[in-house]
Amino acid sequence: MSADLFAREVLKRFGAHTAVDSLSFSVERGSFFSILGPSGCGKTTLLRMIAGFLAPDSGDISIGGRSMVGVAPNRRPVNMVFQQLALFPMMSVGENVAYGLARRGVARAERERKAQAMLERVGLANAARKRVDELSGGQRQRVAIARSLVLEPTLLLLDEPLGALDLKLREHMKIELKQLQAAFGTTFVYITHDQSEALVLSDHVGVMNQGRFEQLGTPQELYYQPQTPFVAGFVGANNRIVGRVELLDGDIATVATDQGWQVHGRRHGALSVGDAVEAFARPESCLLGRQSAELPAGLPAHVGIVQSLLFDGANSAVLLEEERTRREFRIALPQTGQFADLKPGEMIRFGFDPQRAAVFPARPGAAGQAG
Amino acid sequence: MSAAWRARAALAALLAPALLWLGALILLPHVELAVLSLRERIGPQQYAASLSQYKTFFTEPLYWHIFVRTALVSCVATLFTFLATFPIAWIIAKALRGRAGALLFIVCLVPFWVSETVRTLGWMILLRESGVLPSLLVKLGITQVPVEMLYHDATILLGLVYTNMLFMLVPLVSSLESLDDALIEAAYDLGASGWSILRTIVIPHAAPGITAGAIIVFMLTLGNYLTPALLGGKNSEWFTEQIYTQFITRFNWEQGAAFGFLLLGLSTIMVMIGLRLSGQRFGDVMRRT
Repeated sequence: MSADLFAREVLKRFGAHTAVDSLSFSVERGSFFSILGPSGCGKTTLLRMIAGFLAPDSGDISIGGRSMVGVAPNRRPVNMVFQQLALFPMMSVGENVAYGLARRGVARAERERKAQAMLERVGLANAARKRVDELSGGQRQRVAIARSLVLEPTLLLLDEPLGALDLKLREHMKIELKQLQAAFGTTFVYITHDQSEALVLSDHVGVMNQGRFEQLGTPQELYYQPQTPFVAGFVGANNRIVGRVELLDGDIATVATDQGWQVHGRRHGALSVGDAVEAFARPESCLLGRQSAELPAGLPAHVGIVQSLLFDGANSAVLLEEERTRREFRIALPQTGQFADLKPGEMIRFGFDPQRAAVFPARPGAAGQAG
Repeated sequence: MSAAWRARAALAALLAPALLWLGALILLPHVELAVLSLRERIGPQQYAASLSQYKTFFTEPLYWHIFVRTALVSCVATLFTFLATFPIAWIIAKALRGRAGALLFIVCLVPFWVSETVRTLGWMILLRESGVLPSLLVKLGITQVPVEMLYHDATILLGLVYTNMLFMLVPLVSSLESLDDALIEAAYDLGASGWSILRTIVIPHAAPGITAGAIIVFMLTLGNYLTPALLGGKNSEWFTEQIYTQFITRFNWEQGAAFGFLLLGLSTIMVMIGLRLSGQRFGDVMRRT
């Protein structure tokens, strides 16, 4: 597979602040690549450098095998779908889609035909003569994508395009984006702070933090094998337990909190007894039982007191406190409805497979923060 | 007293000053002038209804020549005002923004705290034969003797553009400020060059503001008396001077009133033609000012 986008040691500073810190990565042709990170992590800066609105201080970005240093945005084989879409209100939908073709000097009849064909492909066959403000949010989204794809770019950049939509439409547009990408086969580079968008849509995701990629991998790798505590905490929900290594047995570390609560998880990185660590256990990988016997034999069991039930349909969870140390812990409720009758104050047993929990060396300055 | 009645009374009270102003200072004098313009003096203290005042304008070439000249120079002045103001408006609205933009805006505004007469006299000090600029040109050896720079059409044009810039600047800045930067970036991203972004995105977006500024500047220029009279002297041949002459020098109020109405009517027609040509609606434009 050849790479459509290749970044080498890309660096960008704003004053003393390093927004993008020597990033190197490549995106395969035809794939859906997401850059996932909290606001201020540098993902927008990175995207604007790929589009050409910002120049990197050092390093190189090449698109379709051609270096983009010194190439203006209007000369790059890249198009962008803006956060607020930036459709031109002074033009009809058809003129919006044909705008880029007109700038390339394509004759009127030809560009109208191409724009109409593109609108048909995104399911807006009758919209060409409409004004932009006559369309719904989802339709506008499709016009913005059509306006870019009609130019057959090597790379389509998307800057949190679903951010402005309401929840229901966002869920719907996620599926639509995925289908559009599959249908066109164009390489998509998508930036978002919404992990669910990144996980659902992408072939590969780069989790970005403070100008660097914490981890680059498939959504499954990020979820099941996080490589850093940041990824473990940012991708998916996670219970975070801060403590010190008490015992190392093969790849399993036993971690004790200050108050003496012991949990077990797979070790990541070089650890030795006594090191400060962060352990992560996913709410959905934990099991509940009213008696110890209900939990699988051999699973380290803990006792908790139910604090509250967080009902959210399929994402319902129970919030409990570990019996002795009063540490908060969140566990997903099974969909069988088995524990739907839990009451606050009730005593319950819980456990999780140490292989599915992760233990990392503590990040500097992270020890005191709550999970 | 019912609540609805009280609300109506309050509305009437609030509108009263505006209506009084409109009625007493605009409507009443115009009705008086209309009556004046439609009569003819046939003897001492004797008047008869007649259209002869209006006929004079069309049969006497001097008058309508001066009117056409006034209208054409006003059009050119409006165009030059736009060309001179647009870059400043762009810098204030898009390039500087924030504090620096506000500062530049104030710098453009400050000259207008001085009265128009004083500002125009300032131009005279600079441009008259014994003024600053001609003597500077002599010192630099560019001209042998001081050149009279006043009393040319170009001088009138310069004065008009300078006087009216602010009235173009305000609507332009506000319409450019409302232009989303993402639209410019999107056009750039889709392959547009700087010139085609200006033509396809910026100008269409700013069109109501441009039209509003152009209407105000055109009307002010057409009705300006001071600048053409001071900078153009006797050669200015401005239509407002003809009205002044009829009223003050000739004491022919009937003719002056008819000229006043012709100026109003013809300038209105020209603005309407301008709106039609630029595809703008009057209501949209007025909301932008």
